[in-house]
Amino acid sequence: MFIYAGKVAIRCYFYIRYNKKMLSPQQIESKLNRILLRVQKPGRYVGGELNSVVKNWDDVKTKVAFVFPDIYDIGVSNVGLKVLYDQINQREDALAERAYSPWFDMEALMRQHEIPLYALESKRPLACFDLIGFSLPYETLYTNTLNVLDLSGIPIHSADRDDSHPIIIAGGHAATNPEPMYKFIDAFVIGEGEEVIHEIVNVIQRVKGQRSKVNGDLRPETCDRNEILHELAKIDGVYVPKFYVTNYLEDGTVAYTEPTIPEARKLVNKRIVAKLPPPPTKFLVPNIDVVHNRVSVEIMRGCTRGCRFCQAGMITRPVRERSVEEVVEAADAAIRSSGFEELALLSLSSSDYTYVKDLVDAISKKFEGRKLTVSLPSLRIESVSIDLMEKLKQRRSGGFTLAPEAASEKMRRIINKYIPDEDIINTTREIYARGWTTVKLYFMIGHPSETLEDVQAIADLCKRVIAEGRKVAGWKVKLNAGVSTFVPKPQTPFQWVSSDTRESVLEKQALLKRELYKDRSIKLSLTEPEDAILEAWLSRGDRRMADVVYTAWKNGSRFDAWKEGRKYDTWMQAFAEHGLDHAFYTHRQRRTDEVFPWEHIGTALRKNFLFQDFRMSLEGQIRVDCRLNCFACGILPTFANLRRENPGKGWMCPDVKSPATKVKSETVNSNQLPVVGD
Amino acid sequence: MRVRITFTKQNALRYIGHLDLHQLWERTIRRADLPLAYSQGFHPQPKISLAAALPLGFSSRGEVLDMRLKENMSVEDISKRLSDNLPVDVKIINIEEVEENLPALQTQVLSASYNVQLTEPVERSELMRRVESLMMSESIIRERRGKQYDLRPLIEMLSVITEANGNVWLKMTLAAREGATGRPEEVLLTLDIEPETTLVERTRLIFIT
Ligand code: SF4
Repeated sequence: MFIYAGKVAIRCYFYIRYNKKMLSPQQIESKLNRILLRVQKPGRYVGGELNSVVKNWDDVKTKVAFVFPDIYDIGVSNVGLKVLYDQINQREDALAERAYSPWFDMEALMRQHEIPLYALESKRPLACFDLIGFSLPYETLYTNTLNVLDLSGIPIHSADRDDSHPIIIAGGHAATNPEPMYKFIDAFVIGEGEEVIHEIVNVIQRVKGQRSKVNGDLRPETCDRNEILHELAKIDGVYVPKFYVTNYLEDGTVAYTEPTIPEARKLVNKRIVAKLPPPPTKFLVPNIDVVHNRVSVEIMRGCTRGCRFCQAGMITRPVRERSVEEVVEAADAAIRSSGFEELALLSLSSSDYTYVKDLVDAISKKFEGRKLTVSLPSLRIESVSIDLMEKLKQRRSGGFTLAPEAASEKMRRIINKYIPDEDIINTTREIYARGWTTVKLYFMIGHPSETLEDVQAIADLCKRVIAEGRKVAGWKVKLNAGVSTFVPKPQTPFQWVSSDTRESVLEKQALLKRELYKDRSIKLSLTEPEDAILEAWLSRGDRRMADVVYTAWKNGSRFDAWKEGRKYDTWMQAFAEHGLDHAFYTHRQRRTDEVFPWEHIGTALRKNFLFQDFRMSLEGQIRVDCRLNCFACGILPTFANLRRENPGKGWMCPDVKSPATKVKSETVNSNQLPVVGD
Repeated sequence: MRVRITFTKQNALRYIGHLDLHQLWERTIRRADLPLAYSQGFHPQPKISLAAALPLGFSSRGEVLDMRLKENMSVEDISKRLSDNLPVDVKIINIEEVEENLPALQTQVLSASYNVQLTEPVERSELMRRVESLMMSESIIRERRGKQYDLRPLIEMLSVITEANGNVWLKMTLAAREGATGRPEEVLLTLDIEPETTLVERTRLIFIT
């Protein structure tokens, strides 16, 4: 009966739990026809987007499904996954398809009608793919990841999978501490995936190819799972958790994590690409309205500012820039092939892009007269930024966004984002004067050593911004103050600190409300304190957290970052069930000699560099932009060869001139003292 | 120039609504680099108008839109450029230049025809009987969104089609004027057929000529 797709049929025959036999794409579609009109936005679940790639299933050897385990409306515009999707689809011997997390209404109907989660392109169950790659940019997607596996009929625990199941990999910023997910993911990709993904696909092809040679052509679709995982463990930047054990000290902290097989590295360092590959130009064009209907071009990767709270800034080093021509050409091609009305030029700190003025000139010239909104987020607080925005915008709609993060001198020193009040006042005043009616300011509360006075300073600053704005532009001026709660992240100078408690955050938020709600011109938005706490324990959890994640999911947690999904009590119960205390992970100041659960995962930053930075923070010492003064964070010894092969301005780090220094990647966390800037 | 396009909307695109379809055409026209005209004012709107909203879930092989371009071009050129840039589930069936001063497209629709495939078997003679009795009724009072209305005068044609292979399906033409629009699912419910078990395709929009 399974004539047209024999291989798939055999595999799916056994493993789709919901359906004792395989569901063909046609069967899935006919089931969908009966339920889709009952869900919100059925367009989320049907694919058919322009620029999606539908290949002939039987023409390729390896099938990869990329999953962004959040709702379609967010996931479909993710650029990271788009890059990997293109990488795989450019190969003749492989195909890549996509899936997202179904929203509650759809999940209920899928379970009721026994529809397994399927890929949007071919409508084939995810269980039929060779490789499933999850994007985990934030920790609140962990329960959704488990839910996706469950909806696909794939065993949730890695240990329960056998030779016929897809290999499950994951990557993204959350993978800098993979441990809370170690039971569910077969292999993590640490760092940038553009090259590694090919190496992973090659391993799968090689192992499966050998197998089919050995067995004749009987079951080429099955694979020796164990052999694949052994091979994957040899790839630079790939972490296979099952080949490591963790031991704990009496006090519950980690004693050490070490490999159990010789192939597995002691320290899995992140992968980077020496030069950013050409940006994608064939953007998926969703047929329904989504969060970001736009073309995004990454102009630069990494950041040299060294804000201590910012994980992205720490883990994406070194800074690598694209050329103005490359950005403009890619933007033009992508706008032409998508028809989008918005272009976003992305980086962690646009003002630091060396050629930002040239870029803005070139973009405004190129797109003049075309109906296009251009955004250039993350601009520095200075009047040059207003000049840049003026060139990009014909209309002053949408507000002007700046991120001072803190409002007191003390806090600015602690977090290493030092912007004097006067710069903020002068810049916002000028923004209002030049015709913008709305300024958006982003702040963060909950940083270490923050007091109510520091929070009061935020309120005072907001009031001053509005008062000064009124002087130049009258009563129409508005201020949106977005105040989020800080979450200490692994692989940053704040990995040692305790998260602020719920009570303290509520008190700080109450102060802001009291101070700011009276003024109608100021709109204050706050985040739920529980959200930050949930993210906090997931961010710095150890292997024991995996059981908590599993139990929380089992008891109904998913979409943890959404108010529709938030289930704080379920998490508390899950902690209790496993005899763990969430405060151990969230509200505990780490010992200075503590071994972290993520110690065997390297982002190339020396632990000593981070610790030194943490100590400087306690002393209120600023560390300047490392473009001005290299602080030997660890990037150069780790990637000495890459840097030597790619000298010059592509990277913002100093050149490595000496012949190969004997720095082995395993030893970069050594005890050399970092150079401290003035 | 004013251009009238008849097109299909199928497969995945059955599940996108009227506003999304509007957006889809706007983006397609931009990709095709056609000189689309925009309205004046602070928020310029593209001059695209769709004849009649197609309910979610229906496919169509006869949707119609008008668009206005700032410059004249050959119809062949427009057609080629659009076809190259449309998503797979929309295809152009016909394209022609129409007079600038014709009334707005939406005001010219009279009725719409539909084909209804039944995914669950229905006994043919029983179906015939129900259709006959429906067509014989003087009025069929139904309620929609809390308001009562008479469905019968909105049904212009309804018949059961039997193919040589025994496959049975329905064909109907319903009024589609402003304020007097017959909905196929209302007819199906009257016939005791669950709309969920059907696949509806709009085959044609009928205009005042
Ligand atoms: S190596 Fe030096 S310049 Fe490069 S990121 Fe580290 S501190 Fe900055």
